[in-house]
Amino acid sequence: MSNLSTAEHSAATSSPLLTVKQLRVDLPVAKGTLHAVRGIDFHVERGEMLCLVGESGCGKSMTSLALMGLLPRKAQVNADCLNFDGVDLLTVPERERSNLRGARMAMIFQEPMTALNPAYTLGNQLSEALRRHQRVSRQAAHDRALYLLKRVGISAAEERMRQYPHQLSGGLRQRVMIAMALMCEPDLIIADEPTTALDVTIQAQILHLLRDLQQEFGTAIIFITHDLGVVARIADRVAVMYAGEVIETASAQALFKAPSHPYTQGLLRCIPTPGKTLPGSRLQAIPGVVPSLVGKIEGCAFCNRCDQADERCRTTPPLQAVAGEHFSRCHFAHQLASPAPLNDQEVTS
Amino acid sequence: MTNTTSPANSMDPLALELCALSKTFKLGGGMLHKPQTLKAVNEVSLRVPRGQVMGLVGESGCGKSTLAKMLLGLTPPSSGDVLINGKAIVNANQKALARHIQPIFQDPYSSLNPRQRIAQIVGLPLRIHALGTPREQAAKVDQMLDLVGLPKRAAQQYPGQMSGGQRQRVAIARALIMRPDLVICDEPTSALDVSIQAQILNLLLDLKDEFGLTYLFISHDLAVVEHLADRLAVMYLGQIVEEGTREQIFTAPRHPYTQALLASALTPEPGLGVPDIGLGAGQPDPTQPPSGCAFHPRCPIAQPQCSEQTPKLSAITHASGQAFGKGSQARVACHLA
Repeated sequence: MSNLSTAEHSAATSSPLLTVKQLRVDLPVAKGTLHAVRGIDFHVERGEMLCLVGESGCGKSMTSLALMGLLPRKAQVNADCLNFDGVDLLTVPERERSNLRGARMAMIFQEPMTALNPAYTLGNQLSEALRRHQRVSRQAAHDRALYLLKRVGISAAEERMRQYPHQLSGGLRQRVMIAMALMCEPDLIIADEPTTALDVTIQAQILHLLRDLQQEFGTAIIFITHDLGVVARIADRVAVMYAGEVIETASAQALFKAPSHPYTQGLLRCIPTPGKTLPGSRLQAIPGVVPSLVGKIEGCAFCNRCDQADERCRTTPPLQAVAGEHFSRCHFAHQLASPAPLNDQEVTS
Repeated sequence: MTNTTSPANSMDPLALELCALSKTFKLGGGMLHKPQTLKAVNEVSLRVPRGQVMGLVGESGCGKSTLAKMLLGLTPPSSGDVLINGKAIVNANQKALARHIQPIFQDPYSSLNPRQRIAQIVGLPLRIHALGTPREQAAKVDQMLDLVGLPKRAAQQYPGQMSGGQRQRVAIARALIMRPDLVICDEPTSALDVSIQAQILNLLLDLKDEFGLTYLFISHDLAVVEHLADRLAVMYLGQIVEEGTREQIFTAPRHPYTQALLASALTPEPGLGVPDIGLGAGQPDPTQPPSGCAFHPRCPIAQPQCSEQTPKLSAITHASGQAFGKGSQARVACHLA
């Protein structure tokens, strides 16, 4: 994908920050092997916001844990290429990898209460994040922590430094997590559903903050979410996942304007959208449920829920270019790529 | 059954009426500490006409769920009255209450007994109320499972064998088997994936038409509430700050908190970016609510009077003087609205 000439990012001078090719994650379960991630390709440019979107069980969190090297021991990771800025993440020794974590790639989790240590003050934890990786004085680490707490919008930061995680609200804790991720100025932050547990008003503030900080520090972010509203508002590029595969990838503008995979189209149709869906009308739900990821899936993973499916869908469709940097894993991608306004049919239903 | 949209005229009895309902919790307290009081729900008055969907929105901790618990008889109110079909329920026992009002909870993973088969779970209300013979009960369970779109074989399964969407269908079947008048839906789709959420919302709409149900629909997802609700009440720190029809609230919100809530809802429209809603950090400590208007510390347009006088929830006419239809009285609690 990266060697295509349609460069929409200005930083085209160097190779992508992260290149993932044919990443597979397998987990042994009682009934066989669960193929959580089934051969996905994507890349992240420097300083861009890539959204991984999909429903629960689609493999988006497993992908992020594989990148961070935080998968459970029994999980098997295979890939043709897992390259982070010249470092091969598949072969790098664990010692070096843990030096990368926090310093050059950081993670923000959904529930900050479980990610923060309840027994240490925030100042302590923030400073440690820096001192673990860099030889800096206590005072310098403290100053940086204080600066970042102020930067993420925490008032009375000096006082907060002495507090424990339980003394903060959910929104404040998530701000602390963001500050912690930024302590070492990493090149890549993986944010796994960072606002899902928060109220909408707080979510808007946190997303605003993330976007600001990303531009200020030039950090690339992989933002994992199931919320298409969030994706539309913050993403530069989007990769839609279904049943352990990336089924469509495009710029945010292209994806929402002309979704060309039936699953993406279905997802966009089934959320009520003010001004487009008639209140009280029936929504166009996607029938059925996701297939089991235990064992092999023959053909297109979405074909049992797809109203377009026919004979061809018994064979696995390739990820094919629809236009420029817009790819779709569907045999009918070219036919579906017409930019028809999707929700108009809704009102009459 | 065909009476789906009964207008809110005064002849129609209200399905639900709350009169100055309050719930106060005492926190802490011991040998050395004075107990603190927390007004989780503070003098809430609300009228829900029969056959309508009343949406209830607000941030976490605003008292939505405490309100739902009081309606279900799970916790007694500290003061105030709840009237269902015009009758007060304060002294009614829970069993009698359950015939009129039933809940659908957020998490179908914890609200179903994992050791019981679906037929037992759905049939339990019938057994408790001793309605019909076992054979009749079983027939009713089958009928109900069919209505919520579950296959026949589901009756013999356990919750652990089902997906989240299927479990929520079971919870809906259990709620409706008593043929209640009023269903309290407490975030019924928040734990589900979006593709499943649409299935469940469609089902709730179908069943409302089929049985002429009234819903109190609690949610933090404004797009879902806008899709379902006829009327809307917005809660902040235990109080209703604005109430009106869907059109009134979504096209011309009057309270600055409602405006901020609506502004922070993210619709899937690329290029708009994330709105800067200018609210301060989270809610203030509910044990020490701010003086005057509870919202004034976060309010972008607060005036000196807002920290001194508590605004009353009072009826408003729309700025343009335009009426939104009969009986569409709106209320707002703001000095500046």
